[in-house]
Amino acid sequence: MSAHHEEEALGRIYDSRLTGRLLGYLRPYRWRVYFALALTLLVTPLQAVAPYLFHVAIDSYIDPAFRHKIALAAAYRGIAWLSVVFIASLVLGFTLQYLQVWIMQTVGQAAMYDLRKQIFAHLQRLPMAFYDRTPVGRLVTRATTDVDALNDLFAAGVVAMINDFFLLIFFVAVMLKLDWRLALAALAVLPLMSAVTWVFRNSVREANRRIRTTIARINAFLQEHITGMAVVQLFNRERKTSDQFAGLNRGYNVAFKQAIFAFAVFYPTIELLSSAAYALVFWYGGLQVLLRGVELGLVVAFFQYAQRFFTPIQDLSDKFNILQAAMAASERIFKLLDEPAPVLAPAAPRRLQRVRGHIEFRNVWFAYRNAANPSEEDWVLRDVSFQIEPGRMVAVVGHTGAGKTTVIQLLLRFYEIQRGRILLDGGDVREMDPVELRRHFGVVLQDPFLFTGTIESNVRLGSETIGPAQVESALREVGVGPWIETLPQGIETRVTERGATFSVGQRQLISFARALAHRPEILILDEATSSVDTNTELLIREALERMFSGRTSIVIAHRLSTIQRADRILVMHKSRLREQGTHQELLAQGGIYSRLYQLQYRDQETPLVAPSPDLSAPLAASD
Amino acid sequence: MSAAAQSVSSPARPRRKPAAWRELGRLLPYLAPYKRPTVQGLLTLLVMGLAGAVPPLVMGVMIDLLRGEPLPLPNLRGFWRGALSPVLHFYSPRSAHALGILALLLVAVVAIKGVFSYASRWILIGISRDIEYDLRNDLLARLVQLEPAFFVRNPTGELMSRCTNDLSQVRMVLGPGIMYSGNTIVNMAMAIALMAQISPRLTIEVLIPVPIVALTVRYFGNIIHDLQTRVQEMLATLSARAQENLTGVRVVRAYAEEASEMQSFDEANRDYVGQNVKMIRAWSMFFPALQFIIGFSFVLVLWEGSRMVVQGHISLGALIAFYAYVGQLVFPMIALGWVTNIFQRGAASMARLNYILDAVPAIGDAESPAAVGDRVRGEIEFRNLTFAYPTPRGPNGPSPLPGAGKLPGGAPVLRDISLRIPAGSTVAIVGPTGSGKTTLAALIARLWEAPPDTLFIDGVSIRDWPLEKLRRAIGFVPQDAFLFSETIRENIAYGVEQAPSGAVDDAARIASVSSDISEFPAGYDTIVGERGITLSGGQKQRTTLARALIRDPRILILDDAFSSVDTDTEEKILQGLEDVFRRRTTILISHRCSTVRDADLIVVLRDGRIQERGSHAELIGRGGYYAELYQKQLLEEELARE
Repeated sequence: MSAHHEEEALGRIYDSRLTGRLLGYLRPYRWRVYFALALTLLVTPLQAVAPYLFHVAIDSYIDPAFRHKIALAAAYRGIAWLSVVFIASLVLGFTLQYLQVWIMQTVGQAAMYDLRKQIFAHLQRLPMAFYDRTPVGRLVTRATTDVDALNDLFAAGVVAMINDFFLLIFFVAVMLKLDWRLALAALAVLPLMSAVTWVFRNSVREANRRIRTTIARINAFLQEHITGMAVVQLFNRERKTSDQFAGLNRGYNVAFKQAIFAFAVFYPTIELLSSAAYALVFWYGGLQVLLRGVELGLVVAFFQYAQRFFTPIQDLSDKFNILQAAMAASERIFKLLDEPAPVLAPAAPRRLQRVRGHIEFRNVWFAYRNAANPSEEDWVLRDVSFQIEPGRMVAVVGHTGAGKTTVIQLLLRFYEIQRGRILLDGGDVREMDPVELRRHFGVVLQDPFLFTGTIESNVRLGSETIGPAQVESALREVGVGPWIETLPQGIETRVTERGATFSVGQRQLISFARALAHRPEILILDEATSSVDTNTELLIREALERMFSGRTSIVIAHRLSTIQRADRILVMHKSRLREQGTHQELLAQGGIYSRLYQLQYRDQETPLVAPSPDLSAPLAASD
Repeated sequence: MSAAAQSVSSPARPRRKPAAWRELGRLLPYLAPYKRPTVQGLLTLLVMGLAGAVPPLVMGVMIDLLRGEPLPLPNLRGFWRGALSPVLHFYSPRSAHALGILALLLVAVVAIKGVFSYASRWILIGISRDIEYDLRNDLLARLVQLEPAFFVRNPTGELMSRCTNDLSQVRMVLGPGIMYSGNTIVNMAMAIALMAQISPRLTIEVLIPVPIVALTVRYFGNIIHDLQTRVQEMLATLSARAQENLTGVRVVRAYAEEASEMQSFDEANRDYVGQNVKMIRAWSMFFPALQFIIGFSFVLVLWEGSRMVVQGHISLGALIAFYAYVGQLVFPMIALGWVTNIFQRGAASMARLNYILDAVPAIGDAESPAAVGDRVRGEIEFRNLTFAYPTPRGPNGPSPLPGAGKLPGGAPVLRDISLRIPAGSTVAIVGPTGSGKTTLAALIARLWEAPPDTLFIDGVSIRDWPLEKLRRAIGFVPQDAFLFSETIRENIAYGVEQAPSGAVDDAARIASVSSDISEFPAGYDTIVGERGITLSGGQKQRTTLARALIRDPRILILDDAFSSVDTDTEEKILQGLEDVFRRRTTILISHRCSTVRDADLIVVLRDGRIQERGSHAELIGRGGYYAELYQKQLLEEELARE
């Protein structure tokens, strides 16, 4: 039941429910689609022009002129006209085909654009719990690769299929109309040809399936062994690994041989059948010429019709593959789109006029797992109650897994609690619009996440109301003003993926500035555990001091200076709030806090005098 | 953010370099074993081409027969007339009998052609797959010999891309490249020769579009290839945008920035669609343009050819045959441009494969390995060893050793280490993260090269040991419990030639993982990883321990092997290992005092230097880093009981 399975599964070739839903995406562009389809009606007959012209040339001009039934000049004139028509049909064919492909491809692109937009918007609404259980990579695949598989269907598959279908019908009609006996002769091989194509398709599909699975295995093996090459070498497995790989590789080779065999048989067989059709046309047609005086040009024309007729039949198996891939992709996409995105905002949300910043947890119980019906060991918070007065700073401490991060995630309403209430300024957060609610928080997460863009865009984060001046003052406030000034491009300095070009400390400070620039009433901070150099440490401390002043702050603390400054410390231990008080009170109490303090914080008492690598790092909590 | 997104793709891509044909020369040795079948395949192509030239002639004869020509295709002379002579035996104008024979002949010729067409595809494409197989094996055989530094320089994704995309480009040269080149040459030669027989002038006129078609295919082929690359880049940008948004979903939600995120995704989405539309413009022009150009050849046949028939220069049968030959030229015309692109790209890809195939392993046996005894005793000595990693590592490179973490290039990681570990003793190494513990262990296994004469095994410089013998004497339990997605049995028996029955179970029992394994439905045959049961961190670590123990190594290295195991379990494992430790040299790296307490010698590493050394009791008495670590351990245990 793995993800593997989901990605590999191949859908049916046709599924009316999926198809209907897919066609819905073409709806806004339906007039263009109708136009493209209408072009089919023009493009197809043009394919029949050349054979017909030869027919006329031979029977109306060449033969009569040769037998001196019409004047040479008349024959030349006639042929000249036919050539002109031929050229005209080429020009027209070029134009119309170009137009048709262009229209359908752009429509396909537009529809895919809409679909991608819809997927992304849906992702923005899905609950956090969904992200906890779904790998990001898979979601990215839905919005990109899977949508592209659909594009093949819209852009190439559908039009070509309709064209081919129409072409077949048209040619059969034309041939039947010209001479039904000759038509039957030309089409006699058709059942056999369809049967061969069908057998071929099945054997190639089986071979293709084996090719896909074997190449996936080869690539997985390569990836795994390149990553674990040191283990291979440490355990003297170089030769065995090569042998093992050769085995997988052989499987791929054999699977491909199977496909090559199928193709090697298929192409000549089809050619043989086509030539049988031509031979039949010439033989039977020839007899008609000899016995019934049928025109020779007609036979030649039939030969050429038959030639064009067989190509689309051979292409059918490619089209099947496109259809199949598209159906599988659309099934996965729709499954994502059907993932329920609960509306968190109540119909008439409580309006937040001026937030004072009073926070209260009242007997809160919460579990991530089995949210509907948690069992005893699922609880991450058990009966947690506390209050934070406006303007106060509270530090949350505890061991890894004690529930510290959960407290702030719940406050931001990333998850719904099972029991109890969370109140802001006396109002239940469930009565507020979460988007509105979150605007009043300034949040700094433990991993200071930076987006690709500039320093400015990372501080501003798309907010229209924050101008460059505010960004700069926020940066100054956290003390990186002087550093920014040394950068040639200032706040426009580029930030690469995840801020890789900045140090950990710089990233932290930028995310501090981000929080400040949004002028929040409440500050939520998950202090980073990673150690930074002394200078940066001082900068961060000063920045924190400025950030805490005048606003309610709730901090998951890893710095001694932070807990010492806290108005109150909440000690989480094994899902419960076990102790609370000031630093001195709790130390005097000699409980959990005093031991946590010795483990995690005491070493920091004099670090700025003699900087040394973070001694507590191996033991430090890192949520 | 959009400006940034756009500029991601802007760094100038290297333009196509003049084809490095020399690179493709490297393929000749690979072709050598297939010399015979290759020649056979090319010969079948020749026969196929000859047979393929016949049907238009037969059709021409049929037409002339129907028109009552006394002699079919009168233009053919010399050799071709001779080739036609069997037909002339039964040819008679307007004879239904002869017509029937000709129809059968047509089918028979195509049947013969079919047999050779089958053979040529089967042989030539088959060879390309066989050579692909050889090449792929050689690539891996080279990769397994290369030292960790190579994998640090070359990110996994990059190597993967060479072993997949580039290999398939090279395969295209060997398969379709060779087959269609041969096909094109033979078919064109035959068709042109026969067309020239019918009418040299018309032939020349009809061939005018050939170079135009070839150039058009090449031109569009290159443009589309370039545009495709750009589209891929845009897709990468789009994926990166989505990836970033989804990874940073908590920040986005916390700042209520969903709307502006959607806008930013929208820009990337728009760019991607825009680039696609550009490609579509080229693509939708391509085939209609080809049809258009090729169509002119047919117009010429109609216009000129008809007049020639009327004037009696050629027979109608000859015109129809000529027309059929022009039809046969269409595919070769397109293939001409296409094949050159295949060769060009194949050459570039071959260069990238040669980068791997030509890489020289930097760690291997010395020119004249020392005459060492059969057995490694297990004495290890560091003499004033200072070690720095060779070059700055790429940002995305895999760890040189699973779990070794970030390694800054350049600055020494170990400084002035002098340490003698007697054979059979147990030495523990403790110290904060990044102090050089893992590097020290990796040097003993010669994953990285210690400077000359700084590291000795049994008194012999490590560089003078035959590499294979040295590593066979070592059982290594890396920090990152890396297992392969095979069965647990295969993983445990990974480093032994053959595991006698019971050996796997014995090793698992000593590593305290056998009871866990027996609880899996498939027991030792459980597959590890994605497709099987996911082992917990602790189970993985104990399995890697069993993997090291089954080798019965002289030197056992445990790099933080119990970090995912709780203290109680660790205690039990260590008790079981007491006997194991006694019989070999053991290096124990750990963060925990409980692990190292009983070692003969405990070494504290800090900033790459040895700061403290002594027994547990000595170090506790000294009150340094180790003593503090011990205090914390006691506190931890107390807290856990709360």
